[in-house]
Amino acid sequence: MKRLLGTAALAVVLAAGTAQAQMSDGIIKIGVMNDMSGTYADLTGPGSVVAAQMAVEDFGAAAKGLKVEIVGADHQNKPDVGSNVVRQWIDVDKVDVIVDVPTSSVALAVNEIVRQKNKVFLISGAAASNLTGDKCSPNTVHWTYDTWALANGTGNAIVKTGGKNWFFLTADYAFGHALERDTAAVVEKNGGKVLGKVRHPFPATDFSSFLLQAQTSKAQVIGLANAGADTTNAIKQAAEFGIVKGGQSLAALLIFISDVKALGLPIAQGLTFTEAWYWDLNDANRDFAKRFAPRNKGIYPSMIHAGVYSAVTHYLKAVSDLKSDADGKAVVAKMKSMGTDDKLFGKGTIRADGRKIHPMYLFEVKKPAESKGVWDLYKLRATIPAAEAFRPISEGKCPLVSG
Amino acid sequence: MFEIFGIPSSALFGQLLIGLINGSFYALLSLGLAVIFGMLNIINFAHGAQYMMGAFVAFFLLQYAGINYWLALVIAPLMVGAFGVVMERLFLQWLYKLDHLYGLLLTFGIALIVEGLFRNQFGSSGLPYRVPDALQGGQNLGFMFLPNYRAWVVVFSLVVCLTTWFVIERTKLGSYLRAATENPTLVRAFGINVPRMITLTYGFGVGLAALAGVMAAPIYNVSPQMGAHLIIVVFAVVVIGGMGSILGAIVTGFGLGVIEGLTKVFFPEASNTVIFVIMAIVLLIRPAGLFGRRA
Repeated sequence: MKRLLGTAALAVVLAAGTAQAQMSDGIIKIGVMNDMSGTYADLTGPGSVVAAQMAVEDFGAAAKGLKVEIVGADHQNKPDVGSNVVRQWIDVDKVDVIVDVPTSSVALAVNEIVRQKNKVFLISGAAASNLTGDKCSPNTVHWTYDTWALANGTGNAIVKTGGKNWFFLTADYAFGHALERDTAAVVEKNGGKVLGKVRHPFPATDFSSFLLQAQTSKAQVIGLANAGADTTNAIKQAAEFGIVKGGQSLAALLIFISDVKALGLPIAQGLTFTEAWYWDLNDANRDFAKRFAPRNKGIYPSMIHAGVYSAVTHYLKAVSDLKSDADGKAVVAKMKSMGTDDKLFGKGTIRADGRKIHPMYLFEVKKPAESKGVWDLYKLRATIPAAEAFRPISEGKCPLVSG
Repeated sequence: MFEIFGIPSSALFGQLLIGLINGSFYALLSLGLAVIFGMLNIINFAHGAQYMMGAFVAFFLLQYAGINYWLALVIAPLMVGAFGVVMERLFLQWLYKLDHLYGLLLTFGIALIVEGLFRNQFGSSGLPYRVPDALQGGQNLGFMFLPNYRAWVVVFSLVVCLTTWFVIERTKLGSYLRAATENPTLVRAFGINVPRMITLTYGFGVGLAALAGVMAAPIYNVSPQMGAHLIIVVFAVVVIGGMGSILGAIVTGFGLGVIEGLTKVFFPEASNTVIFVIMAIVLLIRPAGLFGRRA
């Protein structure tokens, strides 16, 4: 049913300058692939292409004599479509780096292809922590967030305030399974219990049946291990079925700013969740959001967009230092060896397993009375320091990490 | 409480009821499709887009004109129905003599364009729409909590379905319609304006889709892809019921809602596919559908 908007895409050639002979084919070609038309289109989609463009502009690629080109494509949340696009990009179009790729099932497929072809994969959109765990790759950096970080942030916060018994509503694909697994681990580690789970097809529209099963379980907390419209629909319908009024609480394990806006504050207020970035946290973020929104149909940047900006910036630094983009492994090794530093994520590091390290934030959705504008939606509850925000490298079972 | 296959009966009753509620959307939508196919011989692939338009019109009315849900229930189907009439006059009327495939391709194309335009304009995450005040809250039935709004959806869609069936199968107007599709030339000879009747029928079918859209707005996300998700299932419902059979569309709509609901309890991972499995079985055993007549 989904359209083949596909590979027809925005191609932006930035600046001529003297092409450097060391770059493969003289151009650094960035391929932004994500869901351009479906349920994740607002939180990734064309906005990620805009973020990548802004990163290239702010880096001053032209002034530094780098020739950069950005292409975008729609993977329709299907691993087979995504794999085909990436193969075509690398083999025919000479794309050097694949960026974003939400939908973990697609990201896992792309991860393997990029490794085989020795290119670079910068993940902002996908969540499964396997990407720096058992499936880690020397060609991949997982930038913005992952299921372990979400589980750690939100799961801990809820279990510690008394939510001991959990029931999971899980999207039935790689991402949902990973998020459920990582959250269940946090719950059990803190002395909580998982009473049951139900796995719904992705995407789904009606959650009443699944919610009723969650209600019957008598669990204190219903963990929503899904994303995008699945999450907003589930929350909306939970309100309708009086689940929160009945004493059970909802844990939106992954929710984005566009989702909160779609829900509206009257329903979303009080939700607590973990994110890596919010536009209203500091001046640099606000400035970015103000420049970004007009170029993205007025939609404010999500943490995924910010992650694309930050990842592309760091990639360009590494390539510019190396004076070559030809060897994907070498570029990623360079990225790991130099500390990250950009306007949106500040100073950080990239670990040997490919995990980008930075603080995570626990947010709460504002009450309607507290909000001063359509995009004024979160208040900060806690900052999770970088050292605690992500899975310890020793627990990830990443084959790249010896010992 | 006793148990059935390890599931407490209370949970099972709840699931049956929820299946019925979802079934009422299938019934309303497949009814519109069946009316259009039965009367016009057009496979209306734009039905999902028209359902989505209904929800969006309800949203606009509330947001920009302050017009509430109840009036939207009347106005949105009229507006989207008018869009259908224009579509029929401009495009569809030229296709009646051709193979079904042409109508299918045309409406499919229109659906893609409409959905693309809405997505471009409003993004994909959807827009909020509140349950009307009069239907806030719900009833505790003992075995489950039934939101008032859902109860209203079941009752109202049943009334709409049965009225439509009655008008087409049991009134004079309906008999004109049925006669006009059998033999338009003869009916015209009696002085009846057949093309206008056909146009209005298409408008009515489209209006039914929009009505379902308005009813869906408070419980599902008002988003450009809401119709695309549903349309395939609804087509399966129509095929199972028998293309063009009004009663078939209604009965299978509700029935499949219930079957899908039960699948969500016993084997949730398969709840997306169960309807298509049933469709395959029905097509093997009764190719014309459960209520279809062999041509």
